[in-house]
Amino acid sequence: MLKHRVIPCVLLKDWQLVKSISFGSFRTIGHPTSTARIYNARNVDELIVLDIDASLNGDEINAEIITDIANECFMPLTIGGGINTVEDIYTVLNAGADKVSLNSAALKNPAFIRQAADVFGSQCIVCSIDVKQIDGEYKVFNQQQGVIDFHPLDLAKQYQENGAGEILLTSVESEGSANGYELELIKLFKDQLKIPIILNGGMGKPYDAVQAIENGADAIAAAYIFHFSQWTPNDIKLALSEHNIPVRFT
Amino acid sequence: MSDNVVIVDYQMGNLRSVQKAFEFNQCHAIISSDHDDIKHAEKIVLPGVGSFRDGMKNLNNLGLIDVLSQEVVQNKKPFLGICLGMHLIANTGYENGQTSGLSWVDAEVIRLDSTSKNLNIPHVGWNSVSYKNHSDLYSGIKDNHDFYFVHSYHFKTTEDVVSGITNYGIDFVSSIKKDNINAFQFHPEKSQAAGLKIIENFINVEA
Repeated sequence: MLKHRVIPCVLLKDWQLVKSISFGSFRTIGHPTSTARIYNARNVDELIVLDIDASLNGDEINAEIITDIANECFMPLTIGGGINTVEDIYTVLNAGADKVSLNSAALKNPAFIRQAADVFGSQCIVCSIDVKQIDGEYKVFNQQQGVIDFHPLDLAKQYQENGAGEILLTSVESEGSANGYELELIKLFKDQLKIPIILNGGMGKPYDAVQAIENGADAIAAAYIFHFSQWTPNDIKLALSEHNIPVRFT
Repeated sequence: MSDNVVIVDYQMGNLRSVQKAFEFNQCHAIISSDHDDIKHAEKIVLPGVGSFRDGMKNLNNLGLIDVLSQEVVQNKKPFLGICLGMHLIANTGYENGQTSGLSWVDAEVIRLDSTSKNLNIPHVGWNSVSYKNHSDLYSGIKDNHDFYFVHSYHFKTTEDVVSGITNYGIDFVSSIKKDNINAFQFHPEKSQAAGLKIIENFINVEA
């Protein structure tokens, strides 16, 4: 039986891993190599690292640091941030990543997803969608373009059509809040796509993960809880398991 | 313990990850597409991520098909196929059109069927493997352990070569063993301790 994944999702900034709150107010959580080593030792299902220097400042993709992180990972590693071309994807995969997460590039040019999926396979292409609530309605949000008048589910369907393998769905308001996942958002996605949805943003206690999955998430991503609370990835899995949600233990 | 392992470089994906898993087990496997390296290797690993058609095209362009068949089928060198590297040893693949494979094992590679049940394709994530027959490469790993899968196609073959079965809507073949050939649909190099154990077991197979 396929297990539901628990995935730490952390940001890379100034050669450090950081955690944000609603996409701002960055707090350092550690050195990339040692943090990746701890996650590997904690036997997490997967790791997502988003390079915000590359995505926000347009810095070159930091292949060196990705290599250092990948060297610690015997689990799947997804890298995002500043990936705009097929060559960028080669760079990141050659550094040791297994998948890439596309955000701005996919939004600007959905055909790029198709191009990337044709070369690397859909399984390699995660498309990331950030969501903000405006007057009670969910809208796509982009760090460069701001709020876009587009429903996140419509965008996700378009990404799926273009060959995305997974969707990383992040609620900007919930992100870093520890107040729980945006359940109304994931409810809208339930059974609407043929590709897995990783819901990100807001986990503050293990039961939040239970609710996210019961409402339609295939996997859950988080960071705050692993760095600023007593809960470990294993605690999340114990809670999921208690609610008869299949997870992987060692 | 063998230290003369070649990971075949045919420009299809995560070779470095596979090499790292060997390094973790104190085995320095080389990544190469050089015919002499393959001829001199004691063991051969064919990893790979990507489509069947591109995989065969690259093997063909690099002139690797005959030398691999010689070393694995005739000379019976221990062989480890991973994901696409498993698929390519079949007779035929149906990803991006119909393509002939290496035909080392009587099999075809077909798409996972998602229409009958509401299942996501690709099948991505951790899923359990139930062992069949016997493969030394699972020794020391408990039955129904979880391994990391990511694929849209699966390997359909005869029961006698099946060493592992996984359920995703249907029961599909998650590993095979035929003589010196072992191949896995999942990624041992991405499956934490249990996956590293498979690599260790492969290193310890008598060449």
